[in-house]
This record gives sequence, C-alpha cells and structure tokens, in this order.
Amino acid sequence: MRNILLFIQRYFTFICFLILQILCIVLLSRSSKSHETFFSTAANEVTGKVNQQYSGVRQYFSLRETNRMLTEENARLRNELTNNYIDTTSTQLVTTDSTQRDSVGRMRKYTFLPAHVIGNTITLQNNFITIERGSAQGVQKGMAVTSPQGIVGVVVEAGPNISRIMSLLHRNSKVSAMLKKDAVTGSLEWDGTDPSYLTLRNIPKSSVIKKGDTVLTSNYSANFPSRLMVGTVADIRSDSESNFFSLKVKTAVNFFNVQYVYLIENVRYKEQLSLEQTPPARQ
Amino acid sequence: MNPIIKHSIRFVLFILLQVFVLNTIPPLHQFIVPYVYFLYILWLPLGISRVWLLVLAFLFGLTLDYFTGTPGLHAAPCVAIAFLRPFLLKLLLAQETAEAGYMEPGHNSMGWAPYITYAIILTLLHHGYLVLIEWLQFGSFLYFMGKVAGTTAISLLLMLIAELLIPRREKQRAVK
Repeated sequence: MRNILLFIQRYFTFICFLILQILCIVLLSRSSKSHETFFSTAANEVTGKVNQQYSGVRQYFSLRETNRMLTEENARLRNELTNNYIDTTSTQLVTTDSTQRDSVGRMRKYTFLPAHVIGNTITLQNNFITIERGSAQGVQKGMAVTSPQGIVGVVVEAGPNISRIMSLLHRNSKVSAMLKKDAVTGSLEWDGTDPSYLTLRNIPKSSVIKKGDTVLTSNYSANFPSRLMVGTVADIRSDSESNFFSLKVKTAVNFFNVQYVYLIENVRYKEQLSLEQTPPARQ
Repeated sequence: MNPIIKHSIRFVLFILLQVFVLNTIPPLHQFIVPYVYFLYILWLPLGISRVWLLVLAFLFGLTLDYFTGTPGLHAAPCVAIAFLRPFLLKLLLAQETAEAGYMEPGHNSMGWAPYITYAIILTLLHHGYLVLIEWLQFGSFLYFMGKVAGTTAISLLLMLIAELLIPRREKQRAVK
C-alpha cells in the first residue's frame, strides 16, 4: 500500500498528464460521433453569449449587403405570388390565397423559421455556424438550414437558446443533391480545400453536364425540401477507374458573410427517418 | 501587476484573438491556418508547478474547443506541450534561471537562440499532434506533412511578430 502511494506521489505529474489526455480523446471521439457532448449545452450557452456580443458589433459593417440580399429575396418571392398571374381565358385577375389552398386539401409539410447567425468559421476543417435560436424557440436536431441564396447546413446541437449548425464546410457533411436539368442525384461533400467550392460525387458518366449547370437539393433528402438552390457546376472531373463524375460545385451562398438563415422543419421528418432506419419486414 | 491577474487577462485575450480574428481570416490555402493561441502556454511563468501547468493548458484548450465546436481537438495538443515544456526548459536553461520564480520564457529572459529553439520545438509538437488527430479522421499523408509544415511556418512568423510587438517588461538577465 505504501509503495502504491509512493508510486503515485513520484509520478503524479505523469498520471495527471495521462488522465487529461484520455479525457481529451474521449471528448473528441464522443463529439465526432454524436455531437452530444459532456456538459456541452451549458458551455455552448456561454460561448453563444460571447459570440452574440461580438456579432452585434460586426453586424453593422455588413448591413448594406444584408439589406440588398433580403430585398432581392423579397422581390423574387413577390414575383411568385399567385395574383401576379393572369388567367389567359378570362380578363379577370385570379386571386388565390393560401388558406383556400389548404382547404382544397393540401397539407403543409415544411415550416420556415428565421434565425440570426452569431458565430461562423470557414478556415478550419470542421466548420460550424452558431445561431441565436434554440429548442425553446422550436429548433430541433436535424433541421435543414438555408440562407437567402442557398443551403447552408444541418442543425447538430440545439441548446435552450443557442444552436449549432454543421455547415456544408464540414468534412463529415453529406447532403443529397441533384442536377436541375435531368434530376440525376449525387452526394454533396466538402474536400476541405476551398470554402467556396463543394464536391458532388456519384454522378453517372451517362449524364451530359456542362459548366454552369445548376445544382439543387434532391427529392430524396429527409430534412431538405427538394429543389432548393445549392450552386453551379464549376469544373467536371472524371475518375478513370469508376463510372462516375465528381463535379466541383461553386456554392450559391457566400459562407464568408452569412448573416440570416432560415431553419426548415419537416413535419414528417421523424416518421420518414424512423421508417428508413428500421430494416424492412420479411415479405 | 499581479501575475495571476496578468495571466488571466492573457487567457481571455488569446482566446478572443484566435476565435474572432485569426479564425475569421479568409484562408490562403488549405495548409495554412494561422494558429497563435498556444503562445499563452509558452509564456506561462518558469516557476509554475507542473500539475498547474497541465490543468491550465487543458482548460485553455477546451475553452477554444467550445468556440470552434470540436471538444478535445485543441485541448489534447495543449496538454501535450504543457507536459513537455518543463523538460525542454531544463535542457535549454542554465540552472539559476530555471529556478527564477515569476520570470517568463522570452527572448530577454532566455536569450534569442534558446528561446527560438524552445518555440520551434513546441510549435512543431503542437501542430504535429493537432494535425495527426485530424489525419486520423480524414485526409492523407500529404495532407499531414503539408499542413504541419505550412501551419508551423505561419505560426512561427506570427509568434516572432508578437514577440517584437508586445514588450513584456521583464527584469533583464543579470549579466555576469
């Protein structure tokens, strides 16, 4: 017994070092798997508060740009209003509002929630965006996130008032995306080199692709609504050993100055996910 | 100034500098990430107890980790360099300087050549470990080598600038 105590006394520093190293590795392996970390919600609230203060100052410098983007988006949405269209067979204006459409039998599947970005990194290999909206304001893990220009990422941690988004610029981020013209679907990833380019993999070589083709979110994603803007094809690389192209996609959203985002809630997200995760019953 | 207050202020300033300035600079290249926050650990006093050094380094790394959303990624290399720091200082310093309580490692307490050796070895170790952890998750050997080299170069440049810009008032080494 005395020898054990002497041993501990002699190698106390080394034992401390080992304990702290093991703690780091445990934290690291747990966080990269599930993003539900040891006391992380409390810590996120604190770092969130600091981010909030800083972004309050920084926001003033980009007000002009933010306003321009929001007015552009407003104009685009106004152009899609039904009362802008005239029925060709009559001289009357067709006015349809959304409540009538719902009573016709259409169900709402997606709800949009606005949120203010208070923290954002682009220089690391695993980048996250922090927003000022949490589970108390309706945020859930797995919600899709889009900005006025294009998609941004997926919610991975929802604290009471602050949430963290895994940005598309994360080495583990994977989103199902398709080409607009022929709906061929591939998987959208980031290779860690340039924050304005993503990689779209698994596009078969049979499809005809040109530079500048639009890439949208696909119909197969559980959290993203289909046909949201992702970006445009910037470069086409064909792997000689496989039957697939890997396309370099210029992102529609500028990750350097994301200010406001929309969180998209799919009402049937949990239902779809639980069905997809259970193995099919034997027929 | 009371050393505890001084080092607490440095703790906050280095975290803020790394999170809100250096991490928001648009990257020149994938391999070049300006890391300078661990200078805090390099600048802790010579007489600090080894266990305290480890605990402080762990807290410091973990604080940065919660800002970047990667718990453990920066804490692990910080603890590693904090563990190796006393051995390295013992090798590089004359006996009487190593025991001088509140003095900090720096070019005026150690002399330029030993200080730069100290900085280069710990920077290489820190980046080597940090990128190794990243490499285990993704990337290739080229990624590992390139990133360690690029990041170390830019860190040493920034540390040299910091050393020249920030006058740390120290008693000059007694000339015999």
